[in-house]
Amino acid sequence: MARIDLQGLAHAYKPNPKSEQDFALKHLDHVWQDGGAYALLGPSGCGKTTLLNIISGLITPTEGRILFDGEDVTALPTQQRNIAQVFQFPVIYDTMTVYENLAFPLKNRKRPKAEIDARVREIAEMLELGDSLNRKARGLTADAKQKISLGRGLVRADTAAILFDEPLTVIDPHLKWLLRSQLKHLHRRFDFTMIYVTHDQTEALTFADKVVVMYEGEVVQVGTPEELFERPAHTFVGYFIGSPGMNILPATVEGNRARVGNHEIALQHSYRSLPSGTAKLEIGIRPEFLRIARGGEAGGIPAALQSVEDIGRYRIARARVADREVAVMCGEQEEVPADGLHIVFDPRRVNVYADGHRVEGEV
Amino acid sequence: MALELIEVSKVVGGQPHISDVSLRLERGSINVLLGPTLAGKTSLMRLMAGLDKPTRGRLVIEGRDLTGVPVRRRNVAMVYQQFINYPTLSVYENIASPLKVAGADRPTIEREVHKAAELLRLTPMLERTPLELSGGQQQRTAIARALVKGAELVLLDEPLANLDYKLREELRAELPRIFQESGAIFVYATTEPSEALLLGGKTAALHEGRVSQFGPTAEVYRRPHDLTTARTFSDPPLNVVQVDKRDGRVRSPDGQLDFAAAQGLADLPDGAYKLGFRPHHLHVDAPHSAAVAVNATVAVSEITGSESFVHVDFGAERWVAIWHGVHELPVDSEIRVWIDPARVFVFDLNERLVVAPTRAQAA
Amino acid sequence: MEKTQNNKAWLFVLPVLVLVAFSAVIPLMTVVNYSVQDTFGNNVFFWAGLEWYVQVLESERFHAALWRQFLFTGIILSIQIPLGVAVALAMPRKGWGVPVCLVLMALPLLIPWNVVGTIWQIFGRVDIGLLGHTLFNLGIDYNYTQDPLDAWITVVVMDVWHWTSLVVLLCYAGLVSIPEAYYQAAKIDGASRWAVFRYIQLPKMHRVLLIAVLLRFMDSFMIYTEPFVVTGGGPGSATSFLSIDLVKMAIGQFDLGPAAAMSIIYFLIILAVSYVFYTVMTNVGRER
Repeated sequence: MARIDLQGLAHAYKPNPKSEQDFALKHLDHVWQDGGAYALLGPSGCGKTTLLNIISGLITPTEGRILFDGEDVTALPTQQRNIAQVFQFPVIYDTMTVYENLAFPLKNRKRPKAEIDARVREIAEMLELGDSLNRKARGLTADAKQKISLGRGLVRADTAAILFDEPLTVIDPHLKWLLRSQLKHLHRRFDFTMIYVTHDQTEALTFADKVVVMYEGEVVQVGTPEELFERPAHTFVGYFIGSPGMNILPATVEGNRARVGNHEIALQHSYRSLPSGTAKLEIGIRPEFLRIARGGEAGGIPAALQSVEDIGRYRIARARVADREVAVMCGEQEEVPADGLHIVFDPRRVNVYADGHRVEGEV
Repeated sequence: MALELIEVSKVVGGQPHISDVSLRLERGSINVLLGPTLAGKTSLMRLMAGLDKPTRGRLVIEGRDLTGVPVRRRNVAMVYQQFINYPTLSVYENIASPLKVAGADRPTIEREVHKAAELLRLTPMLERTPLELSGGQQQRTAIARALVKGAELVLLDEPLANLDYKLREELRAELPRIFQESGAIFVYATTEPSEALLLGGKTAALHEGRVSQFGPTAEVYRRPHDLTTARTFSDPPLNVVQVDKRDGRVRSPDGQLDFAAAQGLADLPDGAYKLGFRPHHLHVDAPHSAAVAVNATVAVSEITGSESFVHVDFGAERWVAIWHGVHELPVDSEIRVWIDPARVFVFDLNERLVVAPTRAQAA
Repeated sequence: MEKTQNNKAWLFVLPVLVLVAFSAVIPLMTVVNYSVQDTFGNNVFFWAGLEWYVQVLESERFHAALWRQFLFTGIILSIQIPLGVAVALAMPRKGWGVPVCLVLMALPLLIPWNVVGTIWQIFGRVDIGLLGHTLFNLGIDYNYTQDPLDAWITVVVMDVWHWTSLVVLLCYAGLVSIPEAYYQAAKIDGASRWAVFRYIQLPKMHRVLLIAVLLRFMDSFMIYTEPFVVTGGGPGSATSFLSIDLVKMAIGQFDLGPAAAMSIIYFLIILAVSYVFYTVMTNVGRER
């Protein structure tokens, strides 16, 4: 497996790009460590598939270089990059058995028969495909087919990275859990470099050590699931990650106090020197860090309850605060008063955003 | 007005696709068909639409037998997983198409289209063609078309499955409001329990062509009649363990789980039972003194930002625990997990529910 | 499959059934009727039993025509199928070349049979035909009206020219339906061009190829118009394929009985061979 360096990458589908808008992928510098599990997360059209295709060699970037373990592969075709890929819809060789499917990459590379056999059996065992080795791949279920796709990448000893392009799209919810945990298990055991493209935050966060959030051709944040959740660098990350997303409220900030409408909210840090020329100041807090004030509890902000959604293991109360809708996560059995609702903000969890970008407070 | 399915069965090539389904769908109601792929959701919808004729049983609407009436003469509208619109027509013309077919006059068409567009937030896009729209907008166009038709029965077959995660979340929140304003009978097929809960209304849990339970969504979720329904209605999957009750104690076969039978469990006759509990009721830290601790082995842990999903093996059973906060647990390590007996579903050996969680009932 | 849902459907199908009955079943029964009787005119018929069948099956003339027919069909299948696949593989899959290629391919299919025959009949003539004259000037002794081999080559080339396009178009339709991800996966797996063909393109084309082989088999087995226009079945009876021979017998010599028996035999052969082809090829597909 390999370390992947992206140096000054940019890509435009049109020839002779002039303005920023022409680029599907805007300037990007990034290093992916050997053995890391990375997710590229973003809505459709954010450039994540473009980036994946650049790594796999399907697209040659308009600008910049891509290095595998220090070696420039920008001009190399897919065949010579030693990558493996699992696609959105299972790609298997219909006429072959599971065994032949797994052996195919090795046979093409003219490996000795004994080595192929040992390798195929080892990988099949790992993927729990051992029992179906002699079956036709065509008759298998979607999840088994996706495992075969993955297996074709794993049998090769020289695989630099495994790319996943929304691989769970056609898998049932119950099996998604199983497949995801198996994948995680394999990664812990074999430490291969994995790059996983998805628009599903749960998949990205549960899969990856580091998540790359993309929006309109730009990387807006690279971070651990925890960082993305607790300290989103951009209001888009706050909105996109978390279900429901972060509550964003227009505010004014003075020292360690924020004002939303007529209400004052305490902040953990002080914000004395906000970036000059800031046009729009907002605070953001996740629904998980808001709480409904218990009877007579002080410090809550008055809100008008709009609706309560029951998700089973929790409920979402939607209320209006200073003309903005705010979502509050409540427990399964917690009472949500229809009248006189007060919402408590956790000061440690309030982030401040200037023109969409997070501002670090002074300690 | 109500649509009634009376002991409807559908056999295709000797294979039962739908077995003995009886449902009564009221006017102005939302009815969710919840079940995994191949549970029979689409087959059931095709029967309701009149695209297929049941092998046995009858369909009655307002006392009128519909069984042999072909789809063209039924008043139904359908929305599919794929976004199906007329690609060369504008959004306006797409929405107007069923009205034109019905021979409505221009002012009526104009009025109805604008009303539907307003409801589905499509007003600014009326002059565009579907290919210039995002997936969410395309699907909203398809829903608008189904609504203007004024059908008494609107069938939606996993309408959000092909949408980006965030778009799905937004549309999902809007759908109940849209449905309520229409007054038709809505039938909505989905594989996702959370979607059923958000839509509310009634839910029919489907499994292998049978309706295992039909009732108000929250009730089906909180009081599943049998293990199959409980499993269908749980994501992450329901945790299950087989136990024996004897001499006032409840024990797993290996004796690992062992606690005094209290409340509902205490009144049960001695014998074998299956306990089911949802992942957010399996705790990695003790919730309170009444909880029962067992040792389990960590298979994998996943982080979603605010929560961790800890997959553990208890004997031959794989359980999932949802744990608030970010926790990384080493694979194969032994940990203690807690089960709250008051949160447990008890099923007999026929997998019928005999005791529902006492705590949930109190809520 | 679904059971019929609405008995009214039969009403719509009825006209077609009547049409098929009049255009196919009734004439076929007439032919069967002729094949078991003899006549000396004046509408007087005698029961002949299976005599005509025995006579036809034992006649050397029939054996020769049947052998010629199988040879012809065998040759054109073994040229048109591989050539069709090869051309389909070479066709562009996107860009402006696609419509151009498709129109070019469709052209020969749009020309009526007898016109195709006439074109080649003139094309190959030594005195005025472009092909014949050119070959003559190159010093090649080519004359399809005299030399049986030249006649065969002309008829085969003509059929290949006329019908390979059909195979190309069918295969092309099969090829463009293969998702891009398959090619990408094959590249990643280091598959050779041959392996891509063998394990991706061929399996995905399998169904359309089956249809192509069946269509070309039946069509070529029944070939009549083009060789009739070009060679008239000659020289001698070198290009008298089954249907030409049949017409010669029925109309030229007015031997209705043997001709009818031969028609039935001919019909049964096509039916049997098509059936065997179909079963074998679908079974191969299932096994794979």
